[in-house]
Amino acid sequence: MSTADAVAVIIVLAMTLYACSGLADFGAGLWDLAAGGRAAGRQRRALIDAAVTPVWEVNHMWLIFMLILCWTAFGTAFAAIMTALFVPLTLAAVGIVLRGAGFAVRKDAARSGARHLAGWLFGAGALITPFCLGYTLGTLMTGGVAPGGTGPAPVTATAVLTGLLAVATGAFVAAGYLTAEAGRRGLPVLADWFRVRARIAGGAGLLAGVAALTALRFDQRRMFDLLVGRGWPLLALGVLALGATFWLAAPGRRRGLRPAAVTGVAALVCAWAVAQYPYLLPFGLTIEQGAGAPATMRWVLVWFAVAVLLVGPALVLAYTLDQRDRLAEES
Amino acid sequence: MSSLTALAGPILAEPAQLLPARQQMAFTLMFHIIFVPIGVALPALMLIAEYKGLRRGDEVASRLARRWSHVAALTFAVGAASGTVLSFEMGLLWPGLTGRFGEVFGIPFAMEGVAFFLEAILMAVYIYGWRRLSPRAHFLLGLPIPFVALAGTFSIISANAWMNTPSGFTVAADGTITDIDPGAAIFTDALPYELAHFVPAAYMAAGFTVASVYVVGWLRGRRDRYHRLGILIPLTVAAIATPLQLVSGDLAAAGVLADQPAKFAAMEVVTEPGTHQPEILFGRYDSATNTVAGGVRIPGLDSWLAGGSTDTAVPGLSQFPADERPSNVNIVHWAFDVMVGIGTLLFLLVVWFAVAYWRRRDVPQSRPFLYAAAGAGVLTYVAIEAGWIVTEVGRQPWVVYGHLRTEDAVTRADGVWVSFTVIVLLYTVVGAATVAALRAMSRRWRRDDETPDDAVPYGPRPAVPR
Ligand code: HDD
Ligand code: HEM
Ligand code: HEM
Repeated sequence: MSTADAVAVIIVLAMTLYACSGLADFGAGLWDLAAGGRAAGRQRRALIDAAVTPVWEVNHMWLIFMLILCWTAFGTAFAAIMTALFVPLTLAAVGIVLRGAGFAVRKDAARSGARHLAGWLFGAGALITPFCLGYTLGTLMTGGVAPGGTGPAPVTATAVLTGLLAVATGAFVAAGYLTAEAGRRGLPVLADWFRVRARIAGGAGLLAGVAALTALRFDQRRMFDLLVGRGWPLLALGVLALGATFWLAAPGRRRGLRPAAVTGVAALVCAWAVAQYPYLLPFGLTIEQGAGAPATMRWVLVWFAVAVLLVGPALVLAYTLDQRDRLAEES
Repeated sequence: MSSLTALAGPILAEPAQLLPARQQMAFTLMFHIIFVPIGVALPALMLIAEYKGLRRGDEVASRLARRWSHVAALTFAVGAASGTVLSFEMGLLWPGLTGRFGEVFGIPFAMEGVAFFLEAILMAVYIYGWRRLSPRAHFLLGLPIPFVALAGTFSIISANAWMNTPSGFTVAADGTITDIDPGAAIFTDALPYELAHFVPAAYMAAGFTVASVYVVGWLRGRRDRYHRLGILIPLTVAAIATPLQLVSGDLAAAGVLADQPAKFAAMEVVTEPGTHQPEILFGRYDSATNTVAGGVRIPGLDSWLAGGSTDTAVPGLSQFPADERPSNVNIVHWAFDVMVGIGTLLFLLVVWFAVAYWRRRDVPQSRPFLYAAAGAGVLTYVAIEAGWIVTEVGRQPWVVYGHLRTEDAVTRADGVWVSFTVIVLLYTVVGAATVAALRAMSRRWRRDDETPDDAVPYGPRPAVPR
């Protein structure tokens, strides 16, 4: 494996972590939006706040790493993607601000009117960003981004459906996590509410996934063949794991739900990565062709090692303190 | 809007995307920079207050530390969201920059990401550790935060310094970039003076801003220990940073003179190169005739400031081809004068504070002092924004000095005016919401002095009502 391949693996890793965590945060935002009126939705929203509040900032970092690594290691591809997908990626950034700021600020907005408005903004961001990021991935798969191109990428059914798939996946995983969270806290009514939502989102996701795959067959046959040819074990694993999540969301069973969901999403991301290898921009630019200078690649690998050594212990520390109940819950 | 048309003047022949892209970049950066000093320097203030609380068993100091940590968390979150937009914009607006030079200067951004990650985690532990960690353990876990913040500052300033004094690569005859050395790209000529000038700026901004909040309370008659400490701790920090800031500003000016002569000429509106240059305060530069109208002239001072003697030769705008002069000399020059003017005023304020404190060991009683101190936070921010305008607009027409022109870096995608408009609207809402949230926090604190600590965007799970 060349250093460029290794850096590409790190980027896919960041993407996977983001898909498992950040995407679910957006899904939680959707459920916040759909939680119902002020009185009825209060407890649901409180659970969502409680579950997402501690982690969204950290979850969000994976996306930033992904962006920075892309332009550092694969500048040509980064520039081409950002140019061809200017509109969806601008919208994704807008959605992130809506979500991040709206969410951070909402807790302190005193009047409930402002709180409600912030909730709506947060919700809008939760829809826009995953859709646009999924759309980007779909466009990439259909070969819509040409190296050195200056125009917008063509709109394809695959891209739109992949966007919807991303939204549905986020919503599904979030509802699953929230079911488990409600169970852990002994709130069965809430658990039921999220369980039903998980079922709905899971069904929608399955439909979107099948539709996206079908569209891909027409939009870009070569990628379709690679995905089902080379990527099928991972696709199968993904579908199985997400099916297991669906099943594990039943009352009384909550162990293993999170690992199943994470496995499912990760397998789907990896299926794409495996299918697309060795291309950065299918089918015009390979990883080797698009890679930055070897010196830069070595720096990125060293950086990665140092980052793991620094961030790992800090995460362990925070997690241990949390588990030992040293980080206080306020009543 | 007049600045828009002023900017449009000299660059009409350039790609249509250039103007909105520059406006959008400038706007989003200038928004982001508001949160940066708080994220960099407020942790230090809160740790000083916590230390005081620990050593003396001072309940008031501990309460201040706690509240400042909440403010730091809120601004950190908004800073993170706006910083993400910047990361997108590096590609959305400037694909010519990241596409071509990303491999050279990307590493500092990656380092910055790790620093922010660590800061986010440590802040979470700090904020949620107030109740159950032993006070000592809590303080020790907080201690690394200011240093991690400095590491982040180092990285991002390193990236900017590289844009001003690029190195770590060579451009081959055919235009390809070779001999890439990311290590050399991290440590460039401008890094020492930009870093030495930015860190005290962050401490000044946080210090004066926090102090001015309590000064306003003090002026309204809330003259208790809580407000006294809330003024004295941050004001002392700012008082230490301010003289350093003037010294490092002088170093920065000398550095710019050596590294970016055209920027220096624009900063000081020097029209013709030569010795015995006057210092011109404000005035109007006319790029067509290369003359300055109006303004106050102090003979010889510019040369003297630049090199310690009026015989120092200073570069002038006329020595650069017209298309290599900063596209808006007036903005650069006025911004420079505003920054230096504010720096001088704040220095006088600090001297006043030092003398008054030395005599009475208390918050100075004089009303004029208090009014000035109440405005110092805003003034520092104006100086910071102005300083960045000097650096960024003064570098024009280059985005990578001497190597890549801004018009060659800009995107060719359509719709930049639209994205710029959307982002201005969005940031207006977000900015207003942030201010509303901070005010709600402060109201809540005034109402009930014992705060529940669950109103922050990080940390473990707060309780869910049943
Ligand atoms: C607290 C705010 C503040 C104050 C009081 C000053 N500055 Fe400043 N200045 C900044 C905040 C700042 C800044 C925002 O932090 C900049 C932008 C880029 C940088 O590194 O620092 C800056 C940039 C900057 C530059 C351009 C550096 C470059 O382009 O690389 C020069 C030459 C000076 N400053 C000089 C001065 C002088 C001579 C001052 C005082 C008498 C002064 N500054 C006061
Ligand atoms: C690492 C730090 C920074 C980087 C990498 C950076 C990068 C850039 C880039 C790529 C541009 C557009 C190209 C150009 O017009 O030159 C730009 C412009 C600009 N930046 Fe920075 N910037 C940094 C820090 C800042 C900060 C903190 C501010 C201040 C608030 C700032 C203010 C501006 C302004 C005002 C412009 C517009 C210049 C013009 O249009 O004439 N920059 N910067
Ligand atoms: C082109 C320029 C810039 C880019 C791309 C950028 C990027 C970012 C990103 C991605 C974040 C979020 C990190 C997180 O999630 O925690 C962030 C936050 C932050 N940035 Fe920037 N940034 C830029 C300019 C600057 C400058 C010039 C400074 C000055 C030192 C700075 C200091 C900070 C700090 C301290 C934070 C943490 C949030 C806070 O404390 O408010 N950034 N930035």
